[in-house]
Amino acid sequence: MSESKILVDVKNLKKHFSKGKDIWGRDTDVLKAVDGVSFQIRKGETFGLVGESGSGKSTVGRCLLRLYDYTDGEVSFDGQQIGGLGEKKLKPFRRRIQSIFQDPYSSLNPGLNVLELISEPMKIHGTHQGEDRKEIIAALLEKVGLKREHLYRFPHEFSGGQRQRISIARALSVRPEFVVCDEPISALDVSVQAQVVNMLEDLQAEFGLTYLFIAHDLSMVRHISDRIGVMYAGRLVEVAESDELYENPQHPYTQALLSSILEPDPKKAGQRLSQNGYTAKRGGEGNSELREVSPGHFVADF
Amino acid sequence: MNRSKWKNVGSELLGNGMGVAALILLLLFTLASVFAFLSGHDPNELNVMERLTPPGAGHWFGTDDFGRDYFARALYGGRVSLLVGFTAMIIATGIGVTVGVISGYFGGWLDNLLMRMLDVILSIPTFLILLLLSVFLKPSVGNIIVIIALLMWMHIARVIRAETMTLKEREFVLYAKASGQSAFGIILKHIMPGLIPVIIVGATNNIASAIMMESSLSFLGFGVQPPNATWGSMLNNAQGYIAQAPYLAVFPGLLILLTVLSFNILGDILRVGFEPKLIKR
Amino acid sequence: MTERLLSVEDLKVSFSTRDGENQAVRGVSFHIDAGETVGIVGESGSGKSVTAKAIMSLITPPGKITSRNVNFRGENLLNLSEKQWRKLRGNQIAMVFQDPMTSLNPVKKIGQQLTEVIRRHRGLNKEAALTEAANMLRQVGISQPEQRLQQYPHEFSGGMRQRVMIAMALSCQPELLIADEPTTALDATIQAQILDLFKELKGNSHTAVALITHDLGVVAQVCTRVIVMYGGLIMEEGTVEDIFYRPQHPYTKGLLRSIPKNGGKSKERLVPIEGSPPDLLDPPPGCPFMDRCPHAFARCAERPPVFELSAGHRSMCWLADGEVSVGVEGGTFA
Repeated sequence: MSESKILVDVKNLKKHFSKGKDIWGRDTDVLKAVDGVSFQIRKGETFGLVGESGSGKSTVGRCLLRLYDYTDGEVSFDGQQIGGLGEKKLKPFRRRIQSIFQDPYSSLNPGLNVLELISEPMKIHGTHQGEDRKEIIAALLEKVGLKREHLYRFPHEFSGGQRQRISIARALSVRPEFVVCDEPISALDVSVQAQVVNMLEDLQAEFGLTYLFIAHDLSMVRHISDRIGVMYAGRLVEVAESDELYENPQHPYTQALLSSILEPDPKKAGQRLSQNGYTAKRGGEGNSELREVSPGHFVADF
Repeated sequence: MNRSKWKNVGSELLGNGMGVAALILLLLFTLASVFAFLSGHDPNELNVMERLTPPGAGHWFGTDDFGRDYFARALYGGRVSLLVGFTAMIIATGIGVTVGVISGYFGGWLDNLLMRMLDVILSIPTFLILLLLSVFLKPSVGNIIVIIALLMWMHIARVIRAETMTLKEREFVLYAKASGQSAFGIILKHIMPGLIPVIIVGATNNIASAIMMESSLSFLGFGVQPPNATWGSMLNNAQGYIAQAPYLAVFPGLLILLTVLSFNILGDILRVGFEPKLIKR
Repeated sequence: MTERLLSVEDLKVSFSTRDGENQAVRGVSFHIDAGETVGIVGESGSGKSVTAKAIMSLITPPGKITSRNVNFRGENLLNLSEKQWRKLRGNQIAMVFQDPMTSLNPVKKIGQQLTEVIRRHRGLNKEAALTEAANMLRQVGISQPEQRLQQYPHEFSGGMRQRVMIAMALSCQPELLIADEPTTALDATIQAQILDLFKELKGNSHTAVALITHDLGVVAQVCTRVIVMYGGLIMEEGTVEDIFYRPQHPYTKGLLRSIPKNGGKSKERLVPIEGSPPDLLDPPPGCPFMDRCPHAFARCAERPPVFELSAGHRSMCWLADGEVSVGVEGGTFA
């Protein structure tokens, strides 16, 4: 795994949002949502990004999708910078990088049927035409466990899990290489989450996909990811192979996060779940460089 | 907008007694003003002998101080009032939606510019502008429509802007953006359909206020000029005879009231119809 | 100490919608004893939250409750007037909701909101109520309670607000606390703190807790007994050990199998429950889990009665037939 080439390379990424402006339009109050984050994702792997609300994990995902223009830093995909590119030059990347969002009720336009929904990215990128396109979509639907009859149905006729399958089919319709999965299972019921996770794993094996898997469910992230980055207050505090991270956490925040995992086992109910909360200031002046404590295991200063 | 929603709106409208009444009434008024020539009287024909005849068989609504048939005048007046209401609404909604969508979707300095402009126009008292403009412009139906439309688009623009800002954060819009859909494509395909309920509700309410505005203008004598009738100018003329011939005020007043009320009721029902999932018991 | 606090008999709740009658709860019977912590688990649409709201008489039109009896300390809650309810609510039965942001009045100080409740229910004077409020905050783990009482809700973080809500609910020493997804809106580390708080409460107060959640991990942590709901019915009921180590109902088993084992360490494939939950506008007459059940057979088209597997461990499944069967016709839990 570690020999494979680097597909996504994020260097010192920063995204600051302005919370207040004076009358001249100068920022008076800045939220440093992402404040110096660096990591690499190798081709074919799943990189998990965990953190609590406000940690900046979703903002990182949106920067990679170029939904935001970031404040500082570099993001390169397959060796090419995508930072300063205009929409025109970005277009080929928009096909190669696709996305799946969290809310199955909001990620599909309620007024379009399944065929229209899935053909949107295909139309944008001019892949396949007419009947040909329809055939490909029908085949894709079967691949994600839906049926050909579903082509002309509307989102409200599907359950949450089925909608997420439609989102997945839509993302895969243009043969991407990299998929940003922004909390794709958080809004689903427990029994349905497993369906979607299994499907993501199968599709990864079949199409050689690379995933960025953003989530807050720690046990599911460990299950699906090869490597995991832990975010806190806009910074990456620890990056390691997933088993290494869970068995040998170094940063106090990672430790607190891991001890809060709820094991579905009443025997383990005796232990305290919470540790004394780790509280570092957002946007502190500290160094955002990570230290390598063992091969492939990086930790921030604390 | 999904297609089953339209069915909901339809059933909400037809299942509501008030809604049906409002629809029938508006349809009746519209037909009556379109076919006003069938009334058999020229609305501007003077007949001093018959002045201030109370309502009766010959003149259903009586006659006014010049002996003109009041029923015919009410019909032709309705023609102007409804025409002004509709056209002003369409223009105002058009401007409002365009400004609102652009402002809400693109944000930034463009949004700032448009919204400050809107604030400035809103901060001048409506009637002051109306009066000033009608002094400088020749009072004609066309001018009145333009003036009213220019005074009405701001509210709908604000609502549309707010709605656009929520819609553009929806994940299906984010997805379209991340997939390389153009801004124009996103607005057309993903934002506009979601705005339709807001537009319809805003438009119905706008007709009501346009009719009110036209009536007020005509009432003050700045609207459509005599001898042509509108409901507002009829009300204006009735002032002098309120003691002798109260029906002169009652008929146009009632017509304005019913029309405006009907449009407002329709707007309310549509707003409810587009929203909730539960029905009232 | 097994004093029966609450018993619910054949509770049914439905909501009329445009598309028909949504039968959210279709006949559930259970009980809660004094001092115990009962978890009510289920997925969205299982009817767990509606059940809680029905007990608190918080179902408003177009919702409709039909039940034989919701008995609290010998009184049928369904027959109470709004005035009697006001006395009971907060006093003997209290509730904590999912979203602590919307449950507090944003323009009143925390102290004011807490003392108001304490004074109304316990008739203390202003000074005494303030001292009591500070004690309550300390009990739920808020430091410097005297200063905190002078602050407004927006000065509290989400976890702190949920603590305040719990303090408020406990301030009148209720006999039953109904907590509807109290940690779902919170971050993992904050959830851990709140769950620790619930564990402490279990030890040192006489309050019985009904904890409604979709998370089996939460249940395993704090509950002594578990009720598993699906499709508006109770599928299985038992102690935590019964449910986690000896589940009988295929739904419970499926639910346990679909979560990653050992905190996700095992990379073996997850075993999902295929399919999706039943449509409650037109619920199946038989077992609601039939369509997704790997063991379904012909008889499942008929609604199974409740079988008692061992003392307190009950399951609504034909597969449990032949065990020590004390099944009641019509399928209600005693």
